[in-house]
Amino acid sequence: MATIVDYPANMFNPAATPAHSIFGVSMFVLALTAAIFVFVTSLLTYALIKFRKRDGDDSGEPVQVYGSNQIETSWTVIPLLLVLMLFLTSARVILGTQRVTKPASAVDVQVIGHQFWWEYRYPKLGIITANEIHVPVSDPKQPTPSFLEMSSVDVIHSFWIPRLAGKMDLVPNQVNIMWFDPEKTGLYLGQCAQYCGTQHAKMLLRVYVDSPADFAAWVAAEQKPAAAPADAAAAEGKAVFEANACVNCHRVQGTPSKGAFGPDLTHLASRDTIAAGAILNTPENLKKWIADPNELKPGALMPAMRLNDHDLDAVTKYMTTLR
Amino acid sequence: MAVTEEVVDVTEYTKPKQLFLDTVYDWVTTVDHKKIGLMYIVYALFFLVVAGAMALVIRIQLMVPNNHFVSPQVFNRMFTMHGTTMVFFVGMPILFGFGNYLVPLMIGARDMAFPRMNAFTFWISAFGGLVLYFSYLGGDGMYGAGSAPDVGWFAYAPLTERVFSPGHSTDYWTISLLLTGIGSVGTSINIMATIVSMRCKGMTMGRLPLLPWIYFVMSFLVLVAIGPLTAAQVMLLLDRYLGAHFFDTQAGGSAVLWVHFFWIFGHPEVYVLVLPAFAFANEIIPVFSRKAIFGYPAMVAATVAIGFISLSVWAHHMFTIGMGPGANTFFTLSTMIIAVPTGIKIFNWLATLWGGKISFKSPMLFCIAFLFQFLIAGLTGIMLSAAPFDWQLGNSYFVIAHFHYVLVGAILFCIFAAFYYWYPKAMGRMMSERLAKWHFWLMVIGFHLTFDFMHVPGLLGMPRRIYTYEADRGWESWNIIVGIGAVFQAVATLIFVYNLIVSYYKGEIAGRDPWDAWTLEWATTSPPPAYNFAVVPSVGSRRPLWDIKHPEDPDSSYE
Repeated sequence: MATIVDYPANMFNPAATPAHSIFGVSMFVLALTAAIFVFVTSLLTYALIKFRKRDGDDSGEPVQVYGSNQIETSWTVIPLLLVLMLFLTSARVILGTQRVTKPASAVDVQVIGHQFWWEYRYPKLGIITANEIHVPVSDPKQPTPSFLEMSSVDVIHSFWIPRLAGKMDLVPNQVNIMWFDPEKTGLYLGQCAQYCGTQHAKMLLRVYVDSPADFAAWVAAEQKPAAAPADAAAAEGKAVFEANACVNCHRVQGTPSKGAFGPDLTHLASRDTIAAGAILNTPENLKKWIADPNELKPGALMPAMRLNDHDLDAVTKYMTTLR
Repeated sequence: MAVTEEVVDVTEYTKPKQLFLDTVYDWVTTVDHKKIGLMYIVYALFFLVVAGAMALVIRIQLMVPNNHFVSPQVFNRMFTMHGTTMVFFVGMPILFGFGNYLVPLMIGARDMAFPRMNAFTFWISAFGGLVLYFSYLGGDGMYGAGSAPDVGWFAYAPLTERVFSPGHSTDYWTISLLLTGIGSVGTSINIMATIVSMRCKGMTMGRLPLLPWIYFVMSFLVLVAIGPLTAAQVMLLLDRYLGAHFFDTQAGGSAVLWVHFFWIFGHPEVYVLVLPAFAFANEIIPVFSRKAIFGYPAMVAATVAIGFISLSVWAHHMFTIGMGPGANTFFTLSTMIIAVPTGIKIFNWLATLWGGKISFKSPMLFCIAFLFQFLIAGLTGIMLSAAPFDWQLGNSYFVIAHFHYVLVGAILFCIFAAFYYWYPKAMGRMMSERLAKWHFWLMVIGFHLTFDFMHVPGLLGMPRRIYTYEADRGWESWNIIVGIGAVFQAVATLIFVYNLIVSYYKGEIAGRDPWDAWTLEWATTSPPPAYNFAVVPSVGSRRPLWDIKHPEDPDSSYE
């Protein structure tokens, strides 16, 4: 049996304050419900064994008991008290999580849901990226929590990284806030938790929690415009890319590609995955994806551009240079 | 106040011989509440098998990560149709079927209050089911997009708007629910009117058996809940065809509005489905414990309380949609409070068992499993009611496991119990007890393999409604166990259906009162004649047949 560490999206392995406080309240609820379970099932089992009809029993009916007001009152009042206790515990965590003031040191991220990928914008840092979100680790002494402002351009999605926080929906025409302050660097996984259409299952979430130095380096790299094509093949790929409809949907900073419907590709080659986390970012996968996204992710909204093999190789080459 | 001997109807019923076409004509044109009840039940059983097969497809697809058993499009249709069918075309009709059959018999009436409307509401509900499945043929529309609906059974806006759901699949979904909604409202008015005005002499509301009492509350809930659903469906149709913008977020509409409307219907609906299950348990547990139900007034009060509180809990489906802390705490409290009347019911059943002489016949076996399983379903419900816990658990497989514990572990088990208990009354023959035991144990094993283990992937981050999943998440082994359990349940259900059919021809003759029970339906022949009772009975207590069987110690002296 795998250990807890092998489950990357295990809610009982919290790594940030919101997930910790939920973990606390869930342990309390679990303990209480377990106690109720043991109490009631023991009584039920006892009754079923003790009062079973036995062989050779006379056929007479047992004593008829119609009820008792005292007993009814006791099993009304005691559960009411338990409910009150549970409610107060939950209310404390609701208020503690939802009523927080954002510190000045917080990192702001706008999360925008699309069918079927995630757009991330860092308004203060001037970064637009997609599908892989980077945030700094938060030192309890000098907290740098991340505050996510969430919305959607199409249907309802839901952002869920169980180890960092509970889920929060991305609702069109509405801004929802969630926050977390990761304790440890590393990659945290999750996925869309509200059915949003054909490829809901492949709308995966990857949160990279970086050390302050790594985060600063990542920010600096992301802030740069796209690298100029290094060789002729990449330059040809760039020309093909810009001559086709690719530019209507994709943005490559510092080039004429300024589309906003699809993921920003300025630093595509620096990401580990493509297709919202569904596929590893290798040149072979990239080529397959560009040839026909619906082969790899049926229902994806990016059309097959029907490039010939030569152009396909060139565009793939161009993509791999966007570091 | 002894009960008179006239309660027992001594005329024996013999079935006249008929030609096949006469029989068909007879069933199609019938306004007899018993025949309509049976048609509801058969129709629901058919859809139970269909939607159950869909569940098997879903489980096979999820047995291994990145499976290609079905395409994502087919998978999304499967879970939409499975959910919609199970709620609207299995749960509702089967429970209305039992209500139709039993309520008039248990209150000593000769039919429902509005027999012709009864037939109309059955046929329009059945037509709704056909419309839903016709989408497989007609749902393509001009765009060639989709066939059956693929928007999920709660069909969150704006996924249902034309831009995201072209073609007609969503329209079939909408119209089928509108049609069946008309049927449900009509039937619930009918049940309420029957209980209010058709009770036999001596049957005050305080002597009404718990089953009709619960059906009364359930019908009230249907009446309240179907309205918002219908309103939402009409708004959606206006959006899709007349350019209204209720839920069209791209024109300033509100996605959250739909969610409110849907769950204002959707949560009372859960109690619409589970209350009849309580009703069956309330009739069966006392008979097989040989004791009167413990705390009849408390049971009625708890039912009414559940009815009212269930109208104020809908937004616990919305803890993650971005409500403020005020709303989140309110709906946490209202949801937790419903545990109190529900707990009262469980304790009263326990007290009914206490001091009894419990015999483990098939109806009772299913009720006992229900008690344990419903307890667990209630406890996981408490976990989900705590908003912070729900921020993690909501929309995960934990929720799927929780509500299948209610729908299968509680409701379906009680429905099976009701079949074994009342089949002799309706068909005049006993069901095979040997096959029933096979059914029971396979079902218990399958149920626990599937739904106990289904909680775990939810805790490990597996959301619902995904057609496949990544191999590195550690969900695979759990999904394999879940899938194996589904096979057990399918086999168990087939044994049950086989038992239904074979017992009709070969079952032991039941006689009028095979369980030595106490309510009025057992006072007439099995099956009852069209007019139910040759002489309309009059009663002096909650258990009229007890009074006849024990004239020295009638219930009426204690009530």
